[in-house]
Amino acid sequence: MRYAFIRELFAFAKRDKRIFLVAGDLGYSVFEEFAKQYPRQYLNAGVLEQALTGMAAGLALTGKIPIIYSIVPFVTMRNFEQIRNDICYQNLNVKIVGVGAGFAYGNYARTHHGLEDIGVLRTLPNLTILCPGDPLEVALATKAALRHPGPVYLRLGKAGEPNVHQSSPRFKIGRGIVIKKGRDVTIIATSTFLNRGFEVMRKLQEQGLNTGLVSMPTIKPLDTRLIKELASKSKAIYTLEEHSIIGGLGSAVAEVLAESGDQVKFKRLGVPDKFTIVMGRQEYMRRANKLETNQIVSTILRHLKQKNS
Amino acid sequence: MQTNLKKIAARVRRDILLMSFRAQSAHTGGALSCVELMVALYFKILRVFPHKPDAPKRDRLVFSKAHDAKALYAVLAARGFFDPKILEGYEMNGGLLPGHATRHCVPGVEVTAGSLGHGLPMAVGMAYAGRVDRKNYRVFAILSDGECDEGSTWEAALLAGQHKLDNLVAIVDYNKLQGCGYTKDVLDLEPFAKKWLSFNWEAKEIDGHNFTQILKTLSQLPFKSGKPSVVIAHTIKGLGGAAKHVNQVSSQYKPPTSDEIEIAIRELTKI
Repeated sequence: MRYAFIRELFAFAKRDKRIFLVAGDLGYSVFEEFAKQYPRQYLNAGVLEQALTGMAAGLALTGKIPIIYSIVPFVTMRNFEQIRNDICYQNLNVKIVGVGAGFAYGNYARTHHGLEDIGVLRTLPNLTILCPGDPLEVALATKAALRHPGPVYLRLGKAGEPNVHQSSPRFKIGRGIVIKKGRDVTIIATSTFLNRGFEVMRKLQEQGLNTGLVSMPTIKPLDTRLIKELASKSKAIYTLEEHSIIGGLGSAVAEVLAESGDQVKFKRLGVPDKFTIVMGRQEYMRRANKLETNQIVSTILRHLKQKNS
Repeated sequence: MQTNLKKIAARVRRDILLMSFRAQSAHTGGALSCVELMVALYFKILRVFPHKPDAPKRDRLVFSKAHDAKALYAVLAARGFFDPKILEGYEMNGGLLPGHATRHCVPGVEVTAGSLGHGLPMAVGMAYAGRVDRKNYRVFAILSDGECDEGSTWEAALLAGQHKLDNLVAIVDYNKLQGCGYTKDVLDLEPFAKKWLSFNWEAKEIDGHNFTQILKTLSQLPFKSGKPSVVIAHTIKGLGGAAKHVNQVSSQYKPPTSDEIEIAIRELTKI
């Protein structure tokens, strides 16, 4: 995902000299070429996320389009108040790029996990939150973010995420992407779990369930119209995200469903509200949180059998 | 010339006290301590265009100690950025002037601040952009001493020193009183100038109420080519307000009473 992002950024930076990348001393093997080609549009500011976020606001106040980049927790939570006051309150054209969503840095331990970012950022007015689900969506989301005149958070995985779409889908900020419609079950997945959603859909289909998959690359503003439509056309909805069960896609969809009055069967699938005790790489950490494909399938099948209370 | 500046300062002090009285608001002492600095800047030093406040070639002033916004508002009004009648709406329901200055609440307010330690990083961004784009505007950041407790202020100081931003000027209103006590008792900043010097800034210390010193110092910018400049302005919190609050913690919190304001305005009128 990082490379799809940097490719788009490269293309933009060439055309638009307002683009200015501020890295927080991260991006080894990603930014070297950019720094070489566009030295007047790049700064490795150092390990000072608060000041570099404020600095980006200052750059934007002069008309630049700053992009700040670091690992998810450091570029969303360490500097949360700068994002709130300096960027969102002033409604400045700054792009916040977090790399390593979910358990991408699983073995680095909890300090480096990106599991609360959507939840905290979703509370901020003016902020658009983009969580593309595969490298194709990353390219489209990067383009859309750079064209959007206002604050955007772009949540990226790390490396090696497969493409789920067969070709570039239609992408618009605020719109979900229906990959397949499902009468029995609809999975709404986002970010690093789009591919997991695809795997789960396949397995449920093998069980004879008419299962659909929707990618939700924009968490804010949320595609409420699509969610309501899915609720009316599918018997059950499951949200799937590599993020805390609190505050992310699941919460956002739950808010829509609760207020719409639709009686659809619904469950949030994500990282439970506890610090994972064990340590390991991404897939190991997912399994520890019952987020391996087969575990998710079992959870859904069990849930489908439960009566609505 | 200085008689004129002193008269403007007296008017600004009067406006600050009136705003404080009308709104029964806090943060009067720190507004009063930076009056001469702000008057000198807006009337003699800054290149500003009150009728074209967004002119690209203007100098930028980031008022980071935004809780003392009364000083900024009163000076901007005196300089002709907006109708002084607007000052009457300070901290009033539906008024234009919030207790912490907000970008574009009135013409001339460059940034939103209020949470301490946010101003210098934004000023660094503006100065850095000016350097990269080869523009010759300057950026001034007005800091309180209390906000020099914030790590983000020193992060920004490191950045400015590293990138040799000699178009950046920080002015610290060093009244030596922070929220709940004297800075030397709460969190001592001394040796203060040495800290800035060690961050690769050039520093000067002045009497922040003395127009001769302020103007002489600010006409020498940058103090050293290739270095950001800091002015440590020794000031007195609450100066010109109610006598019992001068240089006291209470000057941060207590608005003047009607008797106090009458005495203060009578004194100011003599200037």
